[in-house]
Amino acid sequence: MKSLGNIRRSFAPWTDPDAKPFITFRNVTKRFGDFTAVDDLTLNIYHREFFALLGASGCGKSTLLRMLAGFERPTSGEIILDGQDIAGIPPYKRPVNMMFQSYALFPHMTVESNIGFGLRQDGMPKNEIAERVSQMLKLVKLEQFAKRKPHQLSGGQRQRVALARSLAKRPKVLLLDEPLGALDKKLREETQFELMDLQQELGLTFVVVTHDQEEAMTMADRIAVMSHGKVIQVATPAEIYEAPNSRFVADFIGDVNILDGKVSANGNGKIELAVNEGFTIRTATANGPTPGSAAGFAIRPEKMKVTRAAPADASVNAAPGEIWDIGYLGDMTVFYVKLDSGKVVKASMLNALREVEDPISYDEKVWVSFGETAGVVLKD
Amino acid sequence: MNKLGSAIFSRLVIILPYAWLLFFFLVPFFIVFRISLSTTAIAQPPYEPVFALADGLSGFFGKVGQFSFANYIWLTEDALYLNAYLSSIWIAGVSTFITLLIGYPIAYGMAQAPRTLRPTLLMLVILPFWTSFLIRVYAWIAILKPEGLLNQFLLSIGVIDQPLIIIGTNWAIYIGIVYSYLPFMILPLYSALEKMDNSLIEAAKDLGCPPISAFWKITFPLSLPGVVAGCMLVFIPAVGEFVIPDLLGGSQTLMIGKTLWNEFNANRDWPVSAAVATILLLILVVPIVFFQNAQAKAEEQGR
Repeated sequence: MKSLGNIRRSFAPWTDPDAKPFITFRNVTKRFGDFTAVDDLTLNIYHREFFALLGASGCGKSTLLRMLAGFERPTSGEIILDGQDIAGIPPYKRPVNMMFQSYALFPHMTVESNIGFGLRQDGMPKNEIAERVSQMLKLVKLEQFAKRKPHQLSGGQRQRVALARSLAKRPKVLLLDEPLGALDKKLREETQFELMDLQQELGLTFVVVTHDQEEAMTMADRIAVMSHGKVIQVATPAEIYEAPNSRFVADFIGDVNILDGKVSANGNGKIELAVNEGFTIRTATANGPTPGSAAGFAIRPEKMKVTRAAPADASVNAAPGEIWDIGYLGDMTVFYVKLDSGKVVKASMLNALREVEDPISYDEKVWVSFGETAGVVLKD
Repeated sequence: MNKLGSAIFSRLVIILPYAWLLFFFLVPFFIVFRISLSTTAIAQPPYEPVFALADGLSGFFGKVGQFSFANYIWLTEDALYLNAYLSSIWIAGVSTFITLLIGYPIAYGMAQAPRTLRPTLLMLVILPFWTSFLIRVYAWIAILKPEGLLNQFLLSIGVIDQPLIIIGTNWAIYIGIVYSYLPFMILPLYSALEKMDNSLIEAAKDLGCPPISAFWKITFPLSLPGVVAGCMLVFIPAVGEFVIPDLLGGSQTLMIGKTLWNEFNANRDWPVSAAVATILLLILVVPIVFFQNAQAKAEEQGR
């Protein structure tokens, strides 16, 4: 079976028409004065899903999260959590907990009482609180820091306390606002996998807001790419990357070359696109724009090959050009190829070998080539 | 600037506050302390011994030998002084508490106000300082006296049928101190409340804490350094307050500032009033040290 990306998923309730969403945003709009932060947005999130809201700052992703937490009320529309409309429920009565971007640890309380804060609010018996707190401390591996105050901890430790505190009440949904933003790269990568393990282990629904696409790709079951208060695409990380539904998503996620042109033929599962660079691209795409309409062709740098000779196989798309610049990144090398039209495209090649015989160098005449399934046709 | 120049400069910067303290606190304090050890005399200045350069070394030591703690013993023997100290502390304490009760909601409201409005509100708090303190206290006489504005107003709306006697009582002093020192309470409270991270309150609510309870569990404890600073800034000067009890209080009002003034002016007993002042300073050192500790703690937590 062929699937997008080299990943196979067993957890995919969104493909099941009978599955009942756990959280539903239905036609939700949120305005602050003249500014529309969230614009008539509809979205389903499923039980036990790790869902990421991804977008540039100001796209409305944080507002969406804050509406779920109860800090903001939607201007219109409804938010349904586990079958219940929660729009009118104040934050302190919602079965969701949030991990704040700034962690928002109470500076005058120890780690222990920070974690136990929510439990004390619920009036849980003291011995049960102590038990739950020590369980949480163990979960985030901070047993020996129970008596410390937040200012005596490192950034990574604070992040764990914040996580433990938001998990202590066993919420139905955990909201994470840029959870790893304040951590350095190495710690962030470690923590990503810890969060995923934790989510699996506890069987909770996670909704995470992030502007870091790598973070979203690594952790999430599905990603909602947002822009200007609207969801542009909701799909698995592989679908978002390999089959973006728009120029915006293609451009936002990862590196991409976009070639503009007109559809010259559409039929038999193939679309031909005459691009402005002066050649025709053949793609294996079933549905697409009708002949004559303007369209774009998006292709990722790693899907293109750079060779000195034109490819022998005539079915392969190819265009001549000249090496404009070369970026050596260690794991791969990026070739910037100036096509005859003057457009510069990016092609990257994995450095699978340590030594290369006669490598391609600056100013050489080359061909860039790619197969029929390498890229995506984007409607304009 | 060259290296030597900057080294000298940094020394100077450090020396400056110490020099200030030396000349404007320690030296005057030692003069007062020295007078408190002397005895009254009908002379100019009105105490002895008085040192002179002509004394020579032996004369100097002879005069030092005349110093005694008799004035301090005198203070313990007359109940007037002890009562004045206690009453001052009580009046200052009550006034400080009332100032806190009034100042906290004001500071909280200011900190919650829209960002653009805050400088204006801050300005309004500081505005009374633009008029003389003395004039403002005099104005309260006009408000509080039996035929004053307050009584006229209350009589006209029929709340009372006889003028309230406020002036000349401790109530007038409480009103005067609370009014005069309110800005000193509001400013540190405001600065503590203003820098509070709103996400802490949101986190508390998120964890199941209703708004009022979130205030008592998060906002108030975190504003404690501001509360302590405000209370100290009101309490310390209020204990030694002289003008307010003198103008608004009556003859039965007992405050140490007034007692001191009487000793100094009416009795012309400089040594006893110096002893009164020295003891007052020692009493106030306790809250000052407490205040310093609280500040150091707050700073550590802020890091």
